[in-house]
Amino acid sequence: MSVLIVVECAEGEVKKSSLEVASYGAEVAAMLGTTATAIAVGEVTEANLATLGEQGITKVLHDAEPRLKDFVNNAYTKLIATAAEQEQAKIIILANSNIGAAVGSRLSVRLKASLATNVVELPKLNGDQFVVRRGAFSGKAFSDVVLSGDRKIIAVKKNSTEAKHEAGKTAEVASFSAQLSDADFADAPSQVIMQDQAGGILLPEADRVVSGGRGMKGPENWNLIEDLAKALGAATACSKPVSDVDWRPHHEHVGQTGITVSPNLYIACGISGAIQHLAGVNSSKVIVVINKDPEAPFFKAADYGIVGDVFDVLPKLTAAVKALG
Amino acid sequence: MKFLVCISNVPDTTTKITFTPDNKEFNKAGVQFVINPWDEYALTRAIELKEASGGTVTVLNVGEADTEPNIRKALAIGADDAIRVNAAPKDAFFVAEQIAAVAKEGAYDVILMGKESIDYNGFQVHGMVGEMLGIPTVAPAMKLDLSGSTATLEREIEGGKEIVTVNAPFVASCQQPMCEPRIPNMRGIMTARTKPLKVVEAVGGAPRTQVTEFALPPKKEGVKLIPAETAGDLIKLLRNEAKVI
Repeated sequence: MSVLIVVECAEGEVKKSSLEVASYGAEVAAMLGTTATAIAVGEVTEANLATLGEQGITKVLHDAEPRLKDFVNNAYTKLIATAAEQEQAKIIILANSNIGAAVGSRLSVRLKASLATNVVELPKLNGDQFVVRRGAFSGKAFSDVVLSGDRKIIAVKKNSTEAKHEAGKTAEVASFSAQLSDADFADAPSQVIMQDQAGGILLPEADRVVSGGRGMKGPENWNLIEDLAKALGAATACSKPVSDVDWRPHHEHVGQTGITVSPNLYIACGISGAIQHLAGVNSSKVIVVINKDPEAPFFKAADYGIVGDVFDVLPKLTAAVKALG
Repeated sequence: MKFLVCISNVPDTTTKITFTPDNKEFNKAGVQFVINPWDEYALTRAIELKEASGGTVTVLNVGEADTEPNIRKALAIGADDAIRVNAAPKDAFFVAEQIAAVAKEGAYDVILMGKESIDYNGFQVHGMVGEMLGIPTVAPAMKLDLSGSTATLEREIEGGKEIVTVNAPFVASCQQPMCEPRIPNMRGIMTARTKPLKVVEAVGGAPRTQVTEFALPPKKEGVKLIPAETAGDLIKLLRNEAKVI
């Protein structure tokens, strides 16, 4: 019996959210007095998988099947189910990503497991009860959920736990084959199109986010957002009205019906702070609001605020960041 | 094509969330319930595809009788008929079992739903239904086109998208920018009153998860304001006080 952790990889490396999941899984394994085994999906080098030892992983299973490079729902599900059976895993832990949710939900039926997504804390063991806290009401609340049954699957929200690094520890990389056939790849994508990310930073995984609202007055002014984001090493985002009028692409829309983010730093520029937007950002550690309206509701949810014109304030902030060196 | 669109009954997006004094249940008092905003993409896209190449759109909700106004609203937007599984939605697995049973019984070709519900935020039901029926799932889908019984979808992945082709039957969970969700017009509202709404009893067994308690996020201590003239001081505070840069 062990804890099985699904580690998503891309372009040869383990994704940041999966380093968090690996640390989380290693802690769960320690709580249960067992070892943490990972199964890798996506494109990755074995050298990089071995470094998962730093997050507390003992062993990493790696299937060298080349078609696993891109996300294929059926193939990934079978791969992980096969690994879970081999390892007799009672607990399976994934990232609460698009891949994690797609695979986790199928796995829960196949493995007769209970499933909790959007989990934000380590589980609590209350006697026989296994309880996890998860985000609900689109960031407006949390719920404690009891997972029943012999097998449990947990999808951990990004940026809700910190990845640990114990330098020098390495994991054993073991070759593994789920004996995948052509039929398992029937729903393989015909094409994968990656967006150009500002500075290569993915919004859902970003530590820092600079976000703009209607107060930016038009897409032609987004260079002010991008300049600050670039100086800070941040991803860019926007409010719903901005993506609705196509000033910015939909994948940048943060809020109740967009994506919810929980970076260390969220800087909102010209966003009034409608309740639907706050829901998407209120698990950010530090929130900065810049708005010329001192009555903007966002100030009530902020840690720091500047009442002023974004067109005047943003260049000053960018210059101040650059001056830090 | 037979479309089955699963809709969830959720608190309006402007709702301030509160709980009963023991924190065991969501406080419904004074809350207006709407069709889950993500589900509106599934509903409108199914209606558009039906209008383009024929078929029927059935709306499915797992809920008690108080969800019927929103089922009627979905009929007013353009669905042909509706099924309500008469049970409180206990958890994602329970809801998925209901959907799978209805889908099997009615031999639906395309099963659509929103990416997730804005109250439970499970993002689970799509995959569970697909697995129960042994058919492909595409989630979350940003685009859906049909040619005969072959569908081409764009699936969002972190940092990009995949183009996926599947044959019916399949499940897709939908999100923007799939379509512009429609609102009911007067004619739709009139005709919705007489469209069939069948009530069926729930199948299956116990849920696999149970909510024991709700909690609200901690409140912010209050905002520290920095004058616009010395905006650059904010950056020093973020480095030295908040330690986030």
